[in-house]
Amino acid sequence: MKPFDYVRALGPGDATAAAGREGAAFIAGGTNLLDLMKLGVMTPSTLVDITHLHLDRVETTEDAGLRIGALVTNSDLANHAAVRRDYAVLSRALLAGASGQLRNKATTGGNLLQRTRCPYFYDTAMACNKRDPGSGCRAIGGVTRLHAILGASAHCIATHPSDMAVAMLALGAGVEVEGADGKRRVVALDDFYRLPGEWPDIETVLEPGDLITAVLLPPPPQGRQIYRKVRDRASYAFALASVAAVIRVDSGRIASAALAFGGIAPRPWRDGDAEAALIGEVPSREVFERAADILLADAQGQGGNEFKIDLTRRLLVSVLTEATEERT
Amino acid sequence: MQTRLHVNGTTHHLDIDPRTTLLDALRDHLRLTGSKKGCDHGQCGACTVLLNGRRINACLALACMHDHDEIITIEGLGGPDDLSPLQAAFVAHDGYQCGYCTPGQICSATAMLEEMADGWPSHVTDDLTGATKPDATEISERMSGNLCRCSAYPNIVDAILAVAAERTRA
Ligand SMILES: Cc1cc2nc3c(=O)[nH]c(=O)nc-3n(C[C@H](O)[C@H](O)[C@H](O)COP(=O)(O)OP(=O)(O)OC[C@H]3O[C@@H](n4cnc5c(N)ncnc54)[C@H](O)[C@@H]3O)c2cc1C
Ligand code: SF4
Ligand code: FES
Ligand code: FES
Repeated sequence: MKPFDYVRALGPGDATAAAGREGAAFIAGGTNLLDLMKLGVMTPSTLVDITHLHLDRVETTEDAGLRIGALVTNSDLANHAAVRRDYAVLSRALLAGASGQLRNKATTGGNLLQRTRCPYFYDTAMACNKRDPGSGCRAIGGVTRLHAILGASAHCIATHPSDMAVAMLALGAGVEVEGADGKRRVVALDDFYRLPGEWPDIETVLEPGDLITAVLLPPPPQGRQIYRKVRDRASYAFALASVAAVIRVDSGRIASAALAFGGIAPRPWRDGDAEAALIGEVPSREVFERAADILLADAQGQGGNEFKIDLTRRLLVSVLTEATEERT
Repeated sequence: MQTRLHVNGTTHHLDIDPRTTLLDALRDHLRLTGSKKGCDHGQCGACTVLLNGRRINACLALACMHDHDEIITIEGLGGPDDLSPLQAAFVAHDGYQCGYCTPGQICSATAMLEEMADGWPSHVTDDLTGATKPDATEISERMSGNLCRCSAYPNIVDAILAVAAERTRA
């Protein structure tokens, strides 16, 4: 590991000021950053410890939504009574991720900003535009089982690995950010992540020094909530594909549908047109297939991940079938 | 960098490089070599310790970030003359072959049983808001962060189930 200066921030102002230094990075749970620092993939010269900032509370907001502090651990969030009861898709997504040990350390902010699991990104001997902008992309034409079928570019085909962020996207979450000027703003999670384009090293709309202070959830949605994750082993593995669905059926027709996808794109993926194709329809296999057609119209395989196109289609149809089944 | 670690009830003052992981501080500086280094990347669970009562991977923690925290390692759970219930159950059920993963398994299971007692659901729990029952499926899911290269899984699960059953009887 490259040497670094360690700074313990005692207030958000401290944190954003220290993070303004060249080469500085925040550290929260450390479960992603330390892993990457050991490998020399990330080499911050200053580590700003934000774990003493008291951003570890889950509170009900004025509009009956939820405000989740950036330092709330993945375990505490998954086990929070209000989340289990009202935002089950989020509990389910968190419990489907990582391991008991990791969830006890991993934080809400860190989970949103975790880096890709592309094996070439992890291997400093390989060309990678995300790690080393302009060096090329060794994944293209390489082993691509984990890679994207939607939203990729000629410069990077990596996927975003988070489960939590997929559920939050389906729930319409917002990210509260404090800038170096001390001002707080809220960015819709749907506008938070950038597609790789020419610069896959820039993954979000955050500016240097920006601190995530919280994630905001709107009031609990009506309808059924499902998170389904497909992976290479039954537990403790990243998603090959996942779906978060919040679906409401009213008088035999689909009244609302929020769908987000993980493991298939450079960011948690949402497709308004696929959702719109469901609204007002009587649930049926044909209707679900049509939504899948729209979702996957631009899908492109990269060799080893070709299977994800069929997998995502079947996953979507299966989740929609379950979400719209009449309950006995 | 000056760091105070409370480990197994004893306070230690260490002067360490900030790069030192909690695992290396325990093993190399405090000579508590019960916690094992398998992968050093959060992928195996051999380094599992309890941090303020919760299980974590000590390889993905910086010691300097845990100034003043309470840490319990396998050495703190019990010794040859005073085995903890899980340690005794691993012996009784032959929950290991080479034993390398065992300290991590036992630390992990110790905290995992507390999580279950506190009503935490898991990925395989049917009802998120209902009760959890310790069966082999639940134990396997909840212990998935601890790999065993010898694949002693059936006996590990049996050992943990035995202690879980004892706890529900008590
Ligand atoms: C073996 C293994 C398996 C895993 N499996 C899964 C899985 O199946 N699903 C899944 O979703 N995840 C999985 N993970 C990833 C895990 O969820 C992340 O490592 C974790 O959520 C990161 O959170 P952290 O607090 O530890 O982040 P850190 O490692 O502390 O930080 C990550 C990044 O976020 C930045 N950051 C952190 N907090 C803030 C903030 N408040 N404001 C601004 N920047 C911030 C840091 O600077 C850093 O760049 C796995 C990890 C491992 C090691
Ligand atoms: S896919 Fe992206 S992360 Fe992977 S090697 Fe190519 S540029 Fe790097
Ligand atoms: S050594 Fe820490 S998880 Fe493997
Ligand atoms: S007993 Fe050998 S690794 Fe588990």
